[in-house]
Amino acid sequence: MQTSQAAVDEHAHENPALLHHFATAEQQKNAAGLGMWLFLAQEVMFFGGLFCAYLVYRYKYFGDFGSASQQLDIRLGTTNTVVLICSSLTVVLAIRAVQLGKRMALVFWLLATILLGLAFLGIKADEYAEKFEKHHVPGPSFNYHELLPGQEKFPAAERQYANPHHAEMFFSLYFAMTGMHALHMIIGVGLFGFLAYKAWRGKYTPKYYTPIENAGLYWHFVDIVWIYLFGLLYLIDRHR
Amino acid sequence: MGHLPFWPESASTNAGNVDALYIFLLLVSGIMTMLIFTVLTVFAVRFRKRRGQRAVQIEGSNQLELTWSIIPFCVMMVFFIWGAVIYFQERTPPQDADEVYTVAKQWMWKFEHKGGQREINELHVPVGRDVKMIMTSQDVIHSFFVPAFRLKQDVLPGRYTTLWFHATKPGTYHLFCSQYCGTQHSGMVGWVVVMEPRDYEAWMSAGGGNQPLAVTGEKLFSELGCVTCHRSDTQGRGPDLAGVFGKSVLLEDGRTVIADENYVRESILEPAAKIVRGFKPVMPTFQGQVSDEQLNALVDYVKSLARPQSGQPGNTNGVATPQP
Amino acid sequence: MATAVVSDSGERETYLNSGYGLKSWLLTVDHKRIALLYLMSITFFFFIGGFFALLIRLELLTPGGGLVQSDTYNKLFTMHGQVMVFFFVIPGVPAVLGNFLIPLMIGAKDLAFPRINLLSWYLYVIGGILMIYTILNGGVDTGWTFYTPLSTEFLKTNVISAALGVFVAGFSSILTGLNFIVTIHRMRAPGMTWNRLPLFVWAHYATSIIQVLGTPVVAITIVLVALERLFHLGVFNPALGGDPLLFQHLFWFYSHPAVYIMILPSMGIVSEIVCCFSRKRIFGYKAMTLAVVGIAVIGFLVWAHHMFVAGISLYAALIFSLLSYFVAVPSAIKVFNWTATMYKGSITYQTPMLYAFGFIGLFTIGGLTGLFLACLGMDVHVHDTYFVIAHFHYIMVGGMVMAYLGGMHFWWPKISGRMYPEGWGKLAALIVFIGFNLTFFPQFILGYMGMPRRYHMYPPEFQILNVLSTAGATILAVGYLLPMIYFTWSMRYGDPAPSNPWNAAGLEWQTHSPPPTFNFDEQPVVTWEAYNYDEMDEIPEIREVPVAN
Repeated sequence: MQTSQAAVDEHAHENPALLHHFATAEQQKNAAGLGMWLFLAQEVMFFGGLFCAYLVYRYKYFGDFGSASQQLDIRLGTTNTVVLICSSLTVVLAIRAVQLGKRMALVFWLLATILLGLAFLGIKADEYAEKFEKHHVPGPSFNYHELLPGQEKFPAAERQYANPHHAEMFFSLYFAMTGMHALHMIIGVGLFGFLAYKAWRGKYTPKYYTPIENAGLYWHFVDIVWIYLFGLLYLIDRHR
Repeated sequence: MGHLPFWPESASTNAGNVDALYIFLLLVSGIMTMLIFTVLTVFAVRFRKRRGQRAVQIEGSNQLELTWSIIPFCVMMVFFIWGAVIYFQERTPPQDADEVYTVAKQWMWKFEHKGGQREINELHVPVGRDVKMIMTSQDVIHSFFVPAFRLKQDVLPGRYTTLWFHATKPGTYHLFCSQYCGTQHSGMVGWVVVMEPRDYEAWMSAGGGNQPLAVTGEKLFSELGCVTCHRSDTQGRGPDLAGVFGKSVLLEDGRTVIADENYVRESILEPAAKIVRGFKPVMPTFQGQVSDEQLNALVDYVKSLARPQSGQPGNTNGVATPQP
Repeated sequence: MATAVVSDSGERETYLNSGYGLKSWLLTVDHKRIALLYLMSITFFFFIGGFFALLIRLELLTPGGGLVQSDTYNKLFTMHGQVMVFFFVIPGVPAVLGNFLIPLMIGAKDLAFPRINLLSWYLYVIGGILMIYTILNGGVDTGWTFYTPLSTEFLKTNVISAALGVFVAGFSSILTGLNFIVTIHRMRAPGMTWNRLPLFVWAHYATSIIQVLGTPVVAITIVLVALERLFHLGVFNPALGGDPLLFQHLFWFYSHPAVYIMILPSMGIVSEIVCCFSRKRIFGYKAMTLAVVGIAVIGFLVWAHHMFVAGISLYAALIFSLLSYFVAVPSAIKVFNWTATMYKGSITYQTPMLYAFGFIGLFTIGGLTGLFLACLGMDVHVHDTYFVIAHFHYIMVGGMVMAYLGGMHFWWPKISGRMYPEGWGKLAALIVFIGFNLTFFPQFILGYMGMPRRYHMYPPEFQILNVLSTAGATILAVGYLLPMIYFTWSMRYGDPAPSNPWNAAGLEWQTHSPPPTFNFDEQPVVTWEAYNYDEMDEIPEIREVPVAN
């Protein structure tokens, strides 16, 4: 007659990472992967609400949104985009490293990802500070007096200005969307910090690196959200 | 009160239509419920556990599944179509309805008739005529609900919504606010007083010295400077408004919109939203400078402007004549 | 059955006795213990929400506002709604019965993510604490629907803490759903194919899809409401260019599917009970599984039927009305199939079966009145009146709560190892049924007469029906208190339960009552179809139940 505890011990012997309620390591890996994909599905819906609001108001206040978008610093935005894409690359390299059993390379690439993530957040903070200085932060101190896109070609007396309320709407959504994204980045950086520590302690091997893989999925997702944000917030009406 | 107990009064053409639909729904639902209850009871008794008798396992029947999917669905389509027809009628006001402007606020109803008569929480209307409410809110979402008419419509801040009815029976009927709006939501009630035509005329003139809404609007149009740009001669920097109400307008970005109450209201508060083709976007906004009541007057004035050189008045209640 | 694990003192190891003390409960990862933690907290919130309901009904005995001020009344119906919806009806069946039973029913040792399961409970508790704080700090009076701009610009009450409470509870719901989906996909015992799954499991699978995909939308909407209040953004404020209807669309995009989160698990319970107490396989297994998934999918397409008079376009209204009739069809199919299952059955009337009968009858009425509301011309009159209140209480109380109670009685022997007193069970079921109908049927009539909802004071002609409704509510309250009392009593004095007191089909009945921590002595291997009642004996008489194994 076997006690449940003995069964657990037997499992632990085979594979230290195998949790007691799973029959095989593969089942555990598949479960974790499916769980992460479902989590990402709900994240899509979460950001989806914000994107929906953005699309409604972009359609309604077309010109004003274009004007407000031009107030964002496109160089910083583009830099951030490159930073995040590179960080997705470092994530992939980290996974490659652990697949090849290279512990120090794994730690290195995880730390590189963290560094790039922090760079992103730093640049974002700089952008937010600039918005604060220009009084483009929604609320009592908001003050907006800018032209609609393409108005420069008209004589000064005839130029049209954007509606400040509608511009404020753009910035409300800008801060909500990039703020929510930044929050997810911060969580991601924290997560990778934890993983880097565990990796340094040798927890991940070519046989078991599921947490790295799933964290990688999360990071790629946050990256993709940024790609959409960049396009919708920074790049509209730039041609005018 | 002369009507069935536990049944609302019927005082509009719509009420009878809705009641007929309701009774149909009740009958069908009642039959369905009785059917299921009866079958359940019969089965519960007939197939109760008996010694020596075991249950007979039945896998299912695709035929039955299809039957009891398709037949209820067809019945439901009858519900849908009947309801849709009534709804379509409810949401299509007739052309020459009498109009009443409504401003809802926490926690009262303010009405203004075209002749300038103002009421609070009590609405006088004539029997036997189409009446259209043009409504907006000063603060939160309210809802204009008259059970005797079987009608309601949410009243929104920032835009107009409309509701029309044709009262059939003189009397005094409940008016309720039916969208939760804060502390005194259940106190935001009133009465719709439906009057015989003669009594209604008497009531209209009894107020004494009311200025018709469109005349108020005309005065505002001048005071606020609208008249300097919106002229019928070629010097106008703004479109000539004579006869524009109710027509299609071609916008600068290619869209075509109908110049309804919401269009006029938006043009005053957010002129840059829709620029008429051929004009420059130079109109200033009057947001914050005009109250909802003043907006109603301006809208009614624009409505009243007749077609240029058509000889036909735009609206029997209209007062203003086109600029010479 | 394989031999049980026995401790040194000779007592069989169960999930209840393997570890005592607060820490062993508060830090458990055993899905069964977590289910009981949820049972405690959900029951707690049920009584808070119920208490508010009683105060509401007391106030409505008279047309004038005698008992409380208008502001207080507005807080009562708001908090009744928020507590009941977010802390009782939505989590109720999945968190208690789903958590307890799903691993057992599929032959697994636990859910896929036991620690996330515990996290779900803690998130529920944190959300609950925020709600308690809201209540104690002066309440909130937005209505459970938080409509803007009232909730963002005009109210001075604890809107943000209430919104945060809902937000956190929402994540509890998302994680539960995520856990269930992965568990059902990946943890089924050998031989437990999709087509052998009990309908209870299918129902939770469909529910979990809604939880995972729908809840985040209301979460972000609530965040926007909170941000709008804090920073005076204008996303939903017309004075700043925002659109109050955008809030309504985003809110109802979740809150309509949410009602299917509330009802689908209950339908799963009813399927299990009807099959057991008719001794029959379900009629139309395939149709039933298609129906639950169909309800979940189509349920995402009908949200604006809450907005027919809100100011949406005529054409949008037509489309949403049509789609709302589509979603009614699979629900009707389920009622027909349960009824057909009883045909040529061998029916007995223990308490769970009484609740199942009650469910089928009341859900039929509630569902049919839904057809009234989907009907455009009809909805214009009865929208925002007591007709709507009666409709959704028939489904949520006459439906969900009755099924929940039926399920609690059915699985109580498995959960606690004790039998509840059958006589009291039947009595309570009867009292609940009578009290419920007396409370809510008059409200249909009130609604058509024109009594609006959320009204503190009302015209005198509505009084008689309100008095009847309040009388019903007091009876209903007694009906709900009784099981509280006798379930608690049974834990000490109830007859010990065998593994399978009902001779029911299903893997959960193949293990001990209560189950051991890891559910089964040996990994089950399934070689039979679901509801194999043809191979099973009749339900034993209660007197014949053998003493505990």
